[in-house]
Amino acid sequence: MPLLDVQNLTTAFQTQRGEITAVEDISFSLEPGEILGIVGESGSGKSVTALTIMGLLPRPPARIAGGSIRFEGTELTTLSQSRMQGIRGPGIAMVFQEPMTSLNPVFSIGDQLMETIRAHERLPPKALFARAVEMLDRVGIPSASTRMKDYPHQLSGGQRQRVMLAMALVCRPRLLIADEPTTALDVTIQAQILDLILDLRDEFGMAVMIITHNMGVVAETADRVMVMYAGRVVEEAPVTTLFDRPLHPYTRGLLECVPSLTEEMDRLVAIPGTLPEPARRPQGCRFAPRCRYAEPACRAGLPPLESYDPGHSAACIRVPELTRP
Amino acid sequence: MGAILLRRLASAVPILAIVSILTFGMIHLIPGDPAAAIAGLSATPEQIANIRRDLGLDQPLMSQLIHWYGNLFQGDLGRSLLLGQPVVEATMQRLPVTVALSAYALVITLVIGLVTGIVAALRQNTWIDQVAMILAMIGISLPNFYLGLLMIILFAVQLRWLPTGGYVAFTDDPLGWLATSTMPAISLALLLAGLLARITRSTMLEVLRQDYIRTARAKGLPSRKVVVKHALANAMIPITTVIGIIVSLLISGSVVTETLFSIPGIGQLLTQAVLNRDYPMVQGGLLITTALLVLVNIAVDVCYALLDPRVRYDGA
Repeated sequence: MPLLDVQNLTTAFQTQRGEITAVEDISFSLEPGEILGIVGESGSGKSVTALTIMGLLPRPPARIAGGSIRFEGTELTTLSQSRMQGIRGPGIAMVFQEPMTSLNPVFSIGDQLMETIRAHERLPPKALFARAVEMLDRVGIPSASTRMKDYPHQLSGGQRQRVMLAMALVCRPRLLIADEPTTALDVTIQAQILDLILDLRDEFGMAVMIITHNMGVVAETADRVMVMYAGRVVEEAPVTTLFDRPLHPYTRGLLECVPSLTEEMDRLVAIPGTLPEPARRPQGCRFAPRCRYAEPACRAGLPPLESYDPGHSAACIRVPELTRP
Repeated sequence: MGAILLRRLASAVPILAIVSILTFGMIHLIPGDPAAAIAGLSATPEQIANIRRDLGLDQPLMSQLIHWYGNLFQGDLGRSLLLGQPVVEATMQRLPVTVALSAYALVITLVIGLVTGIVAALRQNTWIDQVAMILAMIGISLPNFYLGLLMIILFAVQLRWLPTGGYVAFTDDPLGWLATSTMPAISLALLLAGLLARITRSTMLEVLRQDYIRTARAKGLPSRKVVVKHALANAMIPITTVIGIIVSLLISGSVVTETLFSIPGIGQLLTQAVLNRDYPMVQGGLLITTALLVLVNIAVDVCYALLDPRVRYDGA
């Protein structure tokens, strides 16, 4: 049984111009200890997917319009708020993109760490404190026991993200969702945080869902990759396969956007055009307007996600002809 | 913490210096002869001369100023012309009445304002929110003297539940104090509760949108704890500013309310002093009220430091 099994999930938002779907008919699963990378441009539905799994979207305006999310066999889409609270933390934990604003400015980091433990476990105060210190120490906060009473404004961005990780992992979750965990950080700190996530995965044996728009982050961390575009999955593959043999033109575009150090390049490559607004998505394949291989058939209907190799699928009707040797 | 308190107290010194010099100068702002103005139209030249001598108005300005500060530092603000008793004594007799009434009104304001605002924010865009905000708007729009009159007609004249006015000290008879203070306190509080409810609502909505609220929910905290601990602790920082303003408004609002309900507080004392041209009383009353308001502001600043660690560390 997979740890997390998402089937045909659709998340919709009520807006003044009617209902729009941010995430449409996406399916994927995660095995224990596995690292899944979800990539795509801003607005492709990556974060909404994560927040839907966490049950953190305000309803209304958000609504799960269809599909199921099973975590360790428990259906999350219909779970009561109070039982969902029991899953957030020890079951699924999350770290966010903005370490500068994700910690509460008026409480000490020790307080915020200990209240997380207290929400899920009964521990005597001394053990509670020791556990929080141990976790801070583990994520690389120097002299952790004296820093427990520090407030977020006394920490740097990288340290705050370490504290966020400590808070997420202090209840030993089976799944960690990391939503752009390094985007807001300096490049040197980014690598440290990614390494830390990998180390912690090895130590705690948790599965990780890492959301990013950075192909480099995916290459460094993920076992498997899911590429999203305009709310839909366009390609899914093991990480090496995806980099060696991308099938979908959008994935190829994303990979071409990564500057190469070995090849001579005159200028940076970009995918022409922009992601369509949810309310103004084109008929048929949503990537067609930006795709250099698009033909009339692409605009006729949504391309289904087809499997081409074991574990490798793409949603493009032209894959067979484009990949012919 | 102590450093912040000391610094705020020090900042009060120039304010009080400016206010004391303005109050001193106030008597000289009267057009023409202050002594004649104080004595009134029917006064004889001897009476005017007496007043001039009593108030030291026949002395050079500089020696009047030295005299004023000399007395001020000894806690002597002169003698009320109307009551014949020292200004400080008269003020100190009335002050507890106003403070008790203001405190009562403040409690009502805080309970109604904060609860309404928080509930409206949590039920944003539902009928509960809309009803709460309409009530708040009515509270803000009703002048407090009008509300006071309506309450007197209903509860005192028609239903005869409460006296129309008067005052019983809390220390003499707590129930009597409650009976005489409730209507004045409500009429003072309702406007301010409406104001506080609206500000609490918008502040809470702002705070509930913050990333750290999402983090608190992502940790699996119960929603009650997310709202009461994480959201409210942050929302209280801007709300405290408003509460400081509300306290000032309560004290100045007491002028009308105390007159309406015949309550012998500072407001009534100052109103009578103004109407009777009792200048020493007006000067002293203003100075003491100002000092009180400065203290309120210092208290607000200290509350800031208590609520917000960023202020605490920058200030230390």
